[in-house]
Amino acid sequence: MVEILKELERRRAGARAGGGEKRVAAQHAKGKLTARERIEVLLDEGSFEEFDTFVTHRTTDFDMAEQKFPGDGVVTGWGTINGRQVYVFSQDFTVLGGSVSETHGAKICKIMDMALQNGAPVIGLNDSGGARIQEGVGSLAAYGEVFQRNIAASAVIPQISVIMGPCAGGAVYSPAMTDFIFMVKDSSYMFVTGPDVVKTVTNEVVTAEELGGASTHTRRSSVADGAFENDVEALSEIRRLVDFLPLSNRDIPPVRPFYDDPNRVEESLDSLIPKNANTPYDMKELILKIADEGDFYEIQEDYAKNIITGFIRLEGSTVGVVANQPMVLAGVLDIDSSRKAARFVRFCDAFGIPILTLVDVPGFLPGTSQEYGGVIKHGAKLLFAYGEATVPKVTVITRKAYGGAYDVMASKHLGADINYAWPTAEIAVMGAKGAVEILYRSDLGDADRIGDRTRDYETNFANPFKAAERGFIDEVIQPRSTRRRVARAFAALRRKRKALPWKKHDNLPL
Amino acid sequence: MFKKILIANRGEIACRVIKTARRMGIATVAVYSDADADALHVRMADEAVHIGPPPANQSYIVIDRIMAAIRETGAEAVHPGYGFLSENPKFAEALEAEGVAFIGPPRGAIEAMGDKITSKKLAAEAGVSTVPGYMGLIGDADEAVKISREIGYPVMIKASAGGGGKGMRIAWNDAEAREGFQSSKNEAASSFGDDRIFIEKFVTQPRHIEIQVLADSHGTCLWLNERECSIQRRNQKVIEEAPSPFLDAATRKAMGEQACALAQAVGYASAGTVEFIVDGAKNFYFLEMNTRLQVEHPVTELITGIDLVEQMIRVAAGERLSFGQTDLGINGWAIESRLYAEDPYRNFLPSIGRLTRYRPPAEMAGPDLAVRNDTGVYEGGEIQMYYDPMIAKLCTWAPTRGAAIEAMRVALDTFEVEGIGHNLPFLSAVMDHDRFVSGEITTAFIAEEYPEGFEGVTLDEAALRRVAASAAAMHRVAEIRRTRVSGRMDNHERKVGRDWVVSLGGNAYPVAIDAEPGAATVTFADGARHRVEGDWVPGMSLASMRVDGAPLVMKVGKIPGGFRLRTRGAEIKATVRTPRVAELAALMPEKLPPDTSRLLLCPMPGLIVKIDVAAGDEVQEGQALCTVEAMKMENILRAERKGVVARVNASTGDSLGVDEVIMEFE
Repeated sequence: MVEILKELERRRAGARAGGGEKRVAAQHAKGKLTARERIEVLLDEGSFEEFDTFVTHRTTDFDMAEQKFPGDGVVTGWGTINGRQVYVFSQDFTVLGGSVSETHGAKICKIMDMALQNGAPVIGLNDSGGARIQEGVGSLAAYGEVFQRNIAASAVIPQISVIMGPCAGGAVYSPAMTDFIFMVKDSSYMFVTGPDVVKTVTNEVVTAEELGGASTHTRRSSVADGAFENDVEALSEIRRLVDFLPLSNRDIPPVRPFYDDPNRVEESLDSLIPKNANTPYDMKELILKIADEGDFYEIQEDYAKNIITGFIRLEGSTVGVVANQPMVLAGVLDIDSSRKAARFVRFCDAFGIPILTLVDVPGFLPGTSQEYGGVIKHGAKLLFAYGEATVPKVTVITRKAYGGAYDVMASKHLGADINYAWPTAEIAVMGAKGAVEILYRSDLGDADRIGDRTRDYETNFANPFKAAERGFIDEVIQPRSTRRRVARAFAALRRKRKALPWKKHDNLPL
Repeated sequence: MFKKILIANRGEIACRVIKTARRMGIATVAVYSDADADALHVRMADEAVHIGPPPANQSYIVIDRIMAAIRETGAEAVHPGYGFLSENPKFAEALEAEGVAFIGPPRGAIEAMGDKITSKKLAAEAGVSTVPGYMGLIGDADEAVKISREIGYPVMIKASAGGGGKGMRIAWNDAEAREGFQSSKNEAASSFGDDRIFIEKFVTQPRHIEIQVLADSHGTCLWLNERECSIQRRNQKVIEEAPSPFLDAATRKAMGEQACALAQAVGYASAGTVEFIVDGAKNFYFLEMNTRLQVEHPVTELITGIDLVEQMIRVAAGERLSFGQTDLGINGWAIESRLYAEDPYRNFLPSIGRLTRYRPPAEMAGPDLAVRNDTGVYEGGEIQMYYDPMIAKLCTWAPTRGAAIEAMRVALDTFEVEGIGHNLPFLSAVMDHDRFVSGEITTAFIAEEYPEGFEGVTLDEAALRRVAASAAAMHRVAEIRRTRVSGRMDNHERKVGRDWVVSLGGNAYPVAIDAEPGAATVTFADGARHRVEGDWVPGMSLASMRVDGAPLVMKVGKIPGGFRLRTRGAEIKATVRTPRVAELAALMPEKLPPDTSRLLLCPMPGLIVKIDVAAGDEVQEGQALCTVEAMKMENILRAERKGVVARVNASTGDSLGVDEVIMEFE
C-alpha cells in the first residue's frame, strides 16, 4: 500500500517537473515563470486543484511516442481568488513548447465545460508555440473545440486571457473571443502570421515585437486590453480585475466592504470645468473622485484615449465607467473610441454591471478617413450597445453634449435611467459658432451681429436647462455632490428589471 | 480705526491680511485679475474688484486700476502686501493725493530705502558697513562687464527694484555677466516695470540674517529680533527661522539697534526689515531695507506674539505702539518652509496646473506646538504661469529648535499636494539634513549640499525598516478586506497569512505580522520587532502611523502590486508579497527606463522664446541651447555634454508641455 502511495507522489513530482530543469532554467532566463509558478501567483495560496495531471498525448508519428510528458503541456484546474472560484489553464512552454495537441486541447475544453456548468470565470495563461505539427489535423480540431467553447461561454462566464509568451497563428483566435486580453511587455507577442511569413508574402521587414508585441496591441490594434511589466505584476493585477467581476451572468457583481463615505463631497469638482469651453481638463480626475477609494481599473488605457473605459466601485459594488476624455481630441467620438466603448458597454450589460457614463463630447470626428473607415457603422455600435443595455445606466453630462453624440452617450432616449447634468453642461445640436453660422448665414459678413447672435445662442442653448425643461435631464446637480448623487442613483436602481423582446440574438452592425 | 481696507495684492499675503483685518472688525476689499477671478483671496474678502488681464503689469501693478477700485469701494486704507506696488513711491503718492492711508511706511522712507542704490548710500552715510559694489546705474552689457571686472568676480547683478530672487543673477565670468545683465534687465522690466540694474561683490559664505523693525509715527522704533533666511536657492528664500541659531544676544542687540537707527534716520513708520549679510565672525553688513511686510514675517510673529499686520494697520491709522522694546522677547523657535510650485527633480523648474489635491496639515496653536499655514490656494484651484510660484508658507513653532524641526518634518509629511510639481520632498530633505539640523548653514547651503540638484532622498536602514513594518501592516489590512468580497466559496475562504516579504526598491525584508485591533507587531528575520499602530484603511491617501511610538506619516498611492509611499522626502515603491510570490518575483527581469540621454526634453510647460542652435551644430558642455519661459522666469537650457545637434523639433514661439522633445542629438 505504502509503495502505491509513493508511486503517486513520484508521478506527481514527475508532472510538476514540466519539461525538466534545463527548460525551466531557459524559461526563467527569458524572464518568464513556468506554468505552475504562474498559477501559484494567480490563485490564493494552496487553493489550486489540478485535473488531468497525468494526461499524455497518443501520437506515434514522428517518434512522438518517446516524447511524452504527464500533463501534455498545459496545467488545468480550479482554485480561488480571494475565496471566489475561478477555472484556469496555463500552457507550459517547457513541455514541447506548449504546443497544442488533441489531448492538450481536450484538457482546456474539460475545464471550460466545468466553468460554464458551474458558473465561474475561466482564466487562460497563454504561452504556446502553436499547433503541435506532429499531430496534424488533430491539433487543429483541438483548437476548434476550444473556439466553440469560447463562443458558448461568451457572456455567460467572464473569460480572461493573459498572453505570457508566443501566441501565433490560429491560437490567437481563442483569446480573441474572450472578454479581456492582457499581455506581458517584452515577453509576449500575438499575430496571425509571423515576421518570416510576412517577409515572404508582402516583403515587409518587421520584428515580432513590432508586429505583435504588447505595445502594438495596446496602442495600435486594440487587440489587448492592457499590458504589464512582468509575469508577477500581470497576475497580481488579474487578481485585482477578478475582484471587480461577477462569477457568471447568473451572479450579481461582487460587493466588498468599503472605507469611503458615499456622501463624500468634493468641492474641487466645482472648478473642474475650465472657464474657456475650449480648454481641456482631465476626466480621470472626476472618475477618481467619484470612485470608492479612488480605485479605478482601466481597460484599454492606451488605445483611443479620447474615451475612457474601466471599472470602479460605488458603495463597494462594481460599476463600469465610460467617459469622454476632453484631454484627447477634445473627447470626440470616432471609429476607435466607438468600438472601444461599445465592447465595454456590452461586457457590462452581459454581466449585469451597472454603467456610469460621463459625457463631454463635441460630436463625431469629421473627415474622409473616418467616413471611408465606416464611422457610420462603428459609431452605430456604441449607439446600439447603449440602447440595448438593460443594466442600470446613470449618465452625468459635465460639459458638451452636442448633436448625435449627445444621443449616443447614454442619453435618456437610449433608456438611461438617471440623467444628471452639471450646470456647466451644454446640451445642443452643435456649438454656438457652428449653429449661428448656419442659422444666420445672411449675417456672416457682419462680425458684430454674428457676435450678438453667438452670445444669444450661448445664453439660450449652451446650458442644461433646455434639456431639463423637457425631462431629458432628470436633475441638474452640483459638481461637488456628483459622488453622492451617482451612488444614490445606482442604489435606487439595484432592483431594476428590464427585458428586451425575444430574439435569437441581435444584429449589431459589425 | 479704518472701516474698510483694500488689499492691493493676491495669493497668500492677501488672504493673510484679510484674516487680521476681519479679526479687527475691518471690512476688506480684494482686487483680482482675470486669472484670479476664482482665487482664494477673492473668495475670502468682503468685496472684490476686477482690475484687468492676468499679467501683473496690466493689473496688480497698474496704479490707476487700484485707485479706481479704491474709489469704487470707498476703502479708507490700502495694504499693499509684498511685491507688486508695496514699495512703489508713486503708488504711495497717488494714495496721498486722494487722502487714502497707505498701510506701510511714509513715501519718503520708501523712496530712500526702496531703491537699493540710494539706500546703500544712505546706510553708508549712517555709518553702517556695506558690501562693496557699484552704486551707479549700468547702461549696457559692455559696461556691466567692465564694472564686474573692477569689482572682481564673482559679482551679483541685481534689479534695482527687485526682490525675491527675481531679476538677480550671479556671474563668475565675463560671459555670464553679459548674459546675466540682459536677463536681469528683461525680468526686471516685465516683473517690476523698472529695468535699472546694479552690480555688487558677491560675498561668499555669508548668512542672510534680517532684523524686523516696527515703528510708529510718534517716534518709537522697535526691533523684533531676527530671522535667519540663509536657506536660499538662487537667492530665493526657501526656509527661514527665528531666532537665528547663530546670533548671540550682543550681536542681536547691535544689529537691532543699528536697524532702528537706520529706520529712524529715514523717518520710518510701519513694519520694515533690514537685511544683513553676516560672516562667520559675526560681522554684519547692511544689505538693503525692505519697506514692507516681509514674506517670512510669520516666524517673527510666532516667537514674539505680535501680529505684524495688525500693528501696521494701527500705525497707519496713527496709533502709538502699545508696547516697548523690553516687552519683546524670544519665545521658543519658529521655522517656515516655503512651498513652491517648482519641481525639485527637474532642477526646480516652475510647474503649473490644477491642484487636484491640496490638503495642508491642520493649523493649531498649543503650549508646546503650533502649526500655521499661510496659503492662497485651494484644492481644485489652478496654479498659473503669471505669478510667483510660491503657494504656501508652512510654519511650525515649538519651545526648542529641535522640536520645531521635528514638528516641521511631520507637518511636511502630512501636507498633501497633487497635480503639480512641488518642492515638499526637498523641504523634507533639508529638515533631515545634518548640517541644517546643526545650524551650521550659509546662503550657499543648497548649492553646496545639492550641487547636482535634488535627486531625492534615500532613507537609512532604520527608517526603511519603519516603512517596511508599516507597509506590511497596511498590506495585511488591505488583503483582509479583499477576502471579504461577496461570492466566496463557503468554507473555502482565503486565509491571510502571517509571513510576508516587503520589498522597498531593491531591499527585501521578510517579516511576520502578529496583529491585534489597531496595531501590529512586525518581526523581522533578524528577530527585531516593531510595533506599528495606525488607523489606515484602503483608500486613505495619508497613513499616520506610529512605529515603536514615533510618528511616521506617509502619503500612500497605488501602483500595480503595491504602494507608492512618500515620506521624509523619499519616494518608495513598496510591494508586499507572500514569501513564495516574492521568491518568484525575484526571477523577474529588471527593466531599464528608455534612454532619453540623446534628447533635450522640455522640463516644464512653457514657451520657447529662443533657440540658440541649429541642426548640425556642435555644442560644448554648458552651452546655451534654448530658452524656455515659464512663470515669467527665463530658463536657459544648456548642453549637459559635448555633442552635435541632430534635429531641432521645436521652434520659437512654441508652447510645449513637460517632456516634449525640443531637440535631438547625434
